[in-house]
Amino acid sequence: MYPPAPTGDALPDARQGGGQRVLVSSVSSDSHTWNLVFLQLMLEELGHEVINIGSCVPDDLLIAECRRTSPDMVVISSVNGHGHLDGRRLIARLRAEPDLSALPVVIGGKLGTRGAQNRAHGPELIAAGFDAVFEDTAGVAPFRRYLEDAARPVLESAGPARPALAATGDPR
Amino acid sequence: MKTVPALPAGGPSATVRRRATAPFGAAVAAAAAVGRLVVQPRMGFPDVPGMQAGLQAVHAADATTVGTITLDSYTRVGDHASARKALDDGSDLNGFPIVAHGAGTTRRMIGAVGASADFAIQVRHGSPLPLGIVQALLDAGLDATEGGPVSYCLPYSRTPLARAVDAWADSCELLADQVEGAHLESFGGCMLGQLCPPGLLVALSLLEGIFFRQHGLRSVSLSYAQGTSFGQDVDAIGALRRLAGEFLGDLQWHVVLYTYMGVFPRTPAGALSLLRDSAVLAAVTGTERMIVKTPAEAHRIPTVADNIQALEEAARSAEAAAGLSPGLLGLDAGTARGDNPVYAEARALVDAVLHLDADVGKALLQAFAKGYLDVPYCLHADNAQRSRSGIAPDGTLQWLSVGSMPLPPLNAASGTGAQRLRADDFLDMLSYVQRRYDDAALEELPTDTPRTPLPTSLAKD
Ligand code: B12
Repeated sequence: MYPPAPTGDALPDARQGGGQRVLVSSVSSDSHTWNLVFLQLMLEELGHEVINIGSCVPDDLLIAECRRTSPDMVVISSVNGHGHLDGRRLIARLRAEPDLSALPVVIGGKLGTRGAQNRAHGPELIAAGFDAVFEDTAGVAPFRRYLEDAARPVLESAGPARPALAATGDPR
Repeated sequence: MKTVPALPAGGPSATVRRRATAPFGAAVAAAAAVGRLVVQPRMGFPDVPGMQAGLQAVHAADATTVGTITLDSYTRVGDHASARKALDDGSDLNGFPIVAHGAGTTRRMIGAVGASADFAIQVRHGSPLPLGIVQALLDAGLDATEGGPVSYCLPYSRTPLARAVDAWADSCELLADQVEGAHLESFGGCMLGQLCPPGLLVALSLLEGIFFRQHGLRSVSLSYAQGTSFGQDVDAIGALRRLAGEFLGDLQWHVVLYTYMGVFPRTPAGALSLLRDSAVLAAVTGTERMIVKTPAEAHRIPTVADNIQALEEAARSAEAAAGLSPGLLGLDAGTARGDNPVYAEARALVDAVLHLDADVGKALLQAFAKGYLDVPYCLHADNAQRSRSGIAPDGTLQWLSVGSMPLPPLNAASGTGAQRLRADDFLDMLSYVQRRYDDAALEELPTDTPRTPLPTSLAKD
């Protein structure tokens, strides 16, 4: 029952094994970190390379880290209830940068302060520019499926990129 | 019902500022003198009508209460413009933006609560750089807050610890200068809310108390958050009281217990059972004040009604347990007074840190740089990140690795350090308390049998 250190070194060369480089981050006002450690462990287990930049990340720092580390995907997590506000602001900033406008960025956690009613924030966050929204614990399984889909080559798909997804835990 | 004896709202004549509330430290001391546990919510709403209604309801609750103004996350990180914008847009915030509202608005709100003579109020935030918040609460006529250079930096920010130490020194001095008997609580007994072994929590709480005294405060409280084992918690609170007596005996001090601060039970019955256990823990250990959690904890920001239910539930449980002593619960009385392993561990840490420098702030900085203090699972850049902890088969929190902390090395058998921690095992460990209380709640069929004074989960311990 004694588990060892949570944050082992990132698995080397994840990209060569079909894994992606994933940047995990919180939003500017949110200091929770257990969520970030959990996401890091889960993503590493799935064969991805994770760069976890921690909590209370100002928009400018997130943008700089995106440029510095060139991730394949950005995973934003927030549970303090401000995620819908901080998320909308940061994705607008990011999408306004020409080199980052097409970067896959998803967000999840407890995104509002109203429990089950937080689902209402999904569509507005998608409209603001996120590729997918995952609400709280129910969002973990849909997120895993999303990662599987994202890992498949999408080059041949003709139409617009992958459809936006607002996972609420409902089967869809 | 209000049971805190009336205290002069203006305080002694030496007071530079006039309080708009009862003095916080004195209110808790007065309740303790008549054997009443003070219960307090974690409560903050963005708008004035909501916050005011919350304070009024807490004042009117059927319990010995003090009020709380919990600040929102924008104010905590110093982003007052975003707080202002959210107020203007009518967006939800997770607390009361005291700086964005301005001192005048807050002072009028407190006046409208209409309880200045017998109601004390504390501002709870989570800010590594709190000077603006301290200024705002003083301007509003308040006299009590919480935090500390370590406990409001590592779990709450990416601010360098050295900046937090300086900012907290200045803030303590401002608070102490402006209000005679101003009260400051250390949040050191919580560190990330979960999985921190009690020796380190107790040491940090005490060290921050010493820091507060060095910077002029005369009324302090030391905190401890309910952990994973009732017996270990009794030891920890005993250790904290003993250390407070040894190091801070010349101050007005008390101990504040937080109902479990980690992943909370999802069922209302499980949540209330955990809350009741914390109230029993407070009663048995002679704790003066307790901050409650509500059945909404796992899901969303609690409403006023959630908080009042939790306050009254906690008060009833503490009253029912008033006659209980550690001895009656089968615990050793000497151990409960602080002659125990938690004391030994905390004392070793405190002594090692205090030997580093006569200035506690500098000593704390060196201690983190050397890894003498090392909070498990804390990602802050100034934390050594070499310690690890876990829940032992007997339910107690234990070290898996002590890193460079001056503690006895662990025997090799418990260190499985080479293996990676799996995400599911990590979640399992985090949800140990949630599972225990939710499972017990789900096993019980709803019946109308009267509540027993001892909660079920405790009886099983
Ligand atoms: C521990 C804790 C803390 C610790 C955090 C220490 C740290 N550095 O991490 C402390 C005590 C410091 C703390 C502080 C605060 N907290 Co807090 N905290 C908790 C608590 C008790 C447990 C969180 C936890 O550890 N969970 C374990 C992790 C692994 O899971 P998780 O975070 O729940 O995430 C899960 C899912 O949401 C999902 N998920 C998360 N992100 C993402 C992202 C993606 C892409 C996907 C797919 C999934 C996903 O995966 C996880 C596993 O299922 C929760 C309540 C609870 N759950 O019981 C409150 C809670 C999250 N806190 C809350 C708040 C508001 C705060 C404060 C603002 C104080 C306040 N006003 O009450 C401050 C934060 C200050 C700031 N600047 O943000 C609220 C949020 C309210 C809301 N959203 O409606 C909660 C829910 C409590 C409550 N009911 O009021 N907190």
